[in-house]
Amino acid sequence: MAVSEVAAEGIVLEDSRDTFGQKVWDLVRRKPLGAAGAFVVLFLLVIALLADFITVYDPVKNSYDSMHVPPNAEHWMGTDQFGRDILTRIIYGARTALLVGFVASFIGSTLGLMLGVTSAYFGGRFDLIFQRIMDIFMSFPLIIMALAVVSIMGTGTDKVIFAIMIPFIPRCARVVRASALAVREIPYVDAARTLGFNHKRIILRHMVPNVMAPYLIMLTSFMGQAILLEASLSYLGLGVQEPTPAWGLMLQGGAEEYAESAPWIPIFPGLAITIGVFAFNLLGDAVRDTLDPRLRSQ
Amino acid sequence: MASWKMKSILALTLALALAVWTFGPRPAEAVKRGGILKLVVGSKIPSYDGHRETTFGIIHPLRPFYSLLIRVNPDNPQSPTDFICDACAGKVPKPTDGGTKYTFKIRDDIWFHNGVKLTSADVKATYDKIIFPPKGVPSARKAFFTSVKSVTAPDSKTIVFKLKYASGAFIPALANPFNWIYSKADLDKHGTNWHKKNINGSGAFRFVQHKPGAFVEGKRYEKYHLKGKPYLDGYRAISAPKMALRMQAIRGNRAYIEFRGFPPKARDDLKKALGDKLRVQESDWNCNLLFTPNNKRAPFTDKRVRRALTLAVDRWGGSKYLSRIAIVRGVGGMVFPKHPLAATNEELKKIAGYWPDIKKSRKEAKRLLKEAGVNLNKTYIFSNRGVDQPYRVVGTWLIDQWRSVGLKFKQEVKPSPAFYASLRKKHDWDVSMDFNCQSVINPLADVSKFLSDDVSGNQYGQYQNRKLDKLFDQMNRASDVAKQRAFMREYEKEALETSAHQFITLWWFKINPHRSFVKGWKIAPSHYLNQSLDQIWLDR
Repeated sequence: MAVSEVAAEGIVLEDSRDTFGQKVWDLVRRKPLGAAGAFVVLFLLVIALLADFITVYDPVKNSYDSMHVPPNAEHWMGTDQFGRDILTRIIYGARTALLVGFVASFIGSTLGLMLGVTSAYFGGRFDLIFQRIMDIFMSFPLIIMALAVVSIMGTGTDKVIFAIMIPFIPRCARVVRASALAVREIPYVDAARTLGFNHKRIILRHMVPNVMAPYLIMLTSFMGQAILLEASLSYLGLGVQEPTPAWGLMLQGGAEEYAESAPWIPIFPGLAITIGVFAFNLLGDAVRDTLDPRLRSQ
Repeated sequence: MASWKMKSILALTLALALAVWTFGPRPAEAVKRGGILKLVVGSKIPSYDGHRETTFGIIHPLRPFYSLLIRVNPDNPQSPTDFICDACAGKVPKPTDGGTKYTFKIRDDIWFHNGVKLTSADVKATYDKIIFPPKGVPSARKAFFTSVKSVTAPDSKTIVFKLKYASGAFIPALANPFNWIYSKADLDKHGTNWHKKNINGSGAFRFVQHKPGAFVEGKRYEKYHLKGKPYLDGYRAISAPKMALRMQAIRGNRAYIEFRGFPPKARDDLKKALGDKLRVQESDWNCNLLFTPNNKRAPFTDKRVRRALTLAVDRWGGSKYLSRIAIVRGVGGMVFPKHPLAATNEELKKIAGYWPDIKKSRKEAKRLLKEAGVNLNKTYIFSNRGVDQPYRVVGTWLIDQWRSVGLKFKQEVKPSPAFYASLRKKHDWDVSMDFNCQSVINPLADVSKFLSDDVSGNQYGQYQNRKLDKLFDQMNRASDVAKQRAFMREYEKEALETSAHQFITLWWFKINPHRSFVKGWKIAPSHYLNQSLDQIWLDR
């Protein structure tokens, strides 16, 4: 248990002598669901990174002697219509999901952060016009926006990342701007201006660090959405393409034709998507509660 | 006694009547009129112009709006030689002048849907556009008519085709279901691009509306020239690019038929679910998937690299396994496998890519790639069409096959219009999926896809090979089948092996499960044939 003391002003101070293990345990006790989410995310990260070492089968090699094999000791989750081991493809599919999830949400959120802070900092007409542009982008549902981008740019992992990233930008920018507007009014920003610092320095050194909480909250919540969007686009045939292992793509190939006769083909990728997205959502909620408990009530 | 005799006669009469009723000839089933046929179509409509397009995506929803000069007999569509008149009067004429002249009489009772009467001038304008298109105007089947010297219309009811030489390929080419008769007035007034976005035919149904991505609707044309037809009030061709959606549409009675074909798995699932409410028709299919290297893009400019591509593909193994999950089955060369001009298995096995020993074949492929200095670390682009069956399945299989010789490909799947734009104009791919789906089995014309691109009209590998053009011409001029066959073997070897321009994967197998109440439609060896819908009726 963390040792704490009450300072004279009544503020609870964390004891710097806490070990990392104690901090983790404390977090697990306070946020058990968030910890479970973090554990699953960590697990997915590990299997994605170590996929080459922990799998026995080739994720893309067709094996026509093993088509539609139900789950057994050799193929724990069975094989698909091309004779590929489903477990292996799910493990490799985690790479695709996490790559798309992390990259799209990180770039989307970071661009949103920069644009949101810049908009708040300059204010006035620039802010007004910029926010109306954001309104236009936000008027489209996430999936519609992503579909539009993919239909213009084409399919493939890189394009899917771009397609998912685009709708995240205005969403993050809007939330971050709200916080940045408050930060802008704090005297140290005026002080920085008085000292003659340029806009870039004020934005990057003085404002951005103070809006990291909403940024991190958005970032973690976007990850689950990005994975779901990637799966949706791939399911619609507009995302990652065969033979790349990707959960949505596996679902597309299996759910439609083999839901009845070989249900293991769609069930396991479906479960992977559900668990992955659920884990990121739990983690995102925990991060939000920790960094900004006020948002919980909203 | 009399009573016994009477009873015996009565019993005998009854037994005889029962026997006749059971085993005797039955009267033809009475056709029921009315109803809307709902069909599902697995591809989008790239344009409305049948002369430029090659996809069933326009045949199924739009063919019923148009007439042809002649067509395959809808009651005997499996026959490659049974043709009947559509816009022409009487029977399909026999040639004169040593087989070089065909004179057709045009029916006097045909009106376009805009009320203008159809004459021989319209037929001439149509075939001029198909056979002798102005520069820049695409015509996918102009190579089918290389034997044609001229088309003339001496009067409003007569059309004459003069050939350079007698050709058995001419009449089947004429019956091609894409040869929609356009109004000369439309062509003169609006130009050759007008039909890309507009419809004015003289077929059994009139165009009502097209909601892109959703459906095409047609209603019965009351002034249709084949009296008493069509039987339907109309039809709705529902766009459903996903195979599962099409299957579920039939299962849920949202659609009654799909004219292209389902894989064996879908047939079995539907049969299991619907029992005798479903009827299944099956046929060999005059259709194959090709993979076409971009002959103008390195390293595929090198024929050794192209040959390595085909050597890597195990067609014999693929046939065995893919036929379980896709609408493909037969291994074959350029010609429809059961045709007399087709290569036998023994002949095939001598061609690169068809060798029975796949290990030897792949070893040779690797040697050729090494010799050509191909960069095996690079990922090449394989362009594919966003249609489930069999494009995506075969595409995934091909990538795996090429991987076995060290070639890495990234698959770019595009919706039909984007795929065609890429295939025909952009050429932004290293290898592309392509197809050679023909209607009437007519190998002398069907293999024109392998001609030089300035001759063929639908060859997208971007190569010119005058040897192929010459062989094709010689083959079409050859008078007997033996000579034609010899030329065909030479032509096939040149295209598939020696110059290795583009390659066939597997031939398709057609399975059409449909609701049992859909009557009057017979399966053909092509999903393009028998699609006028004028003979279909609903038994409900």
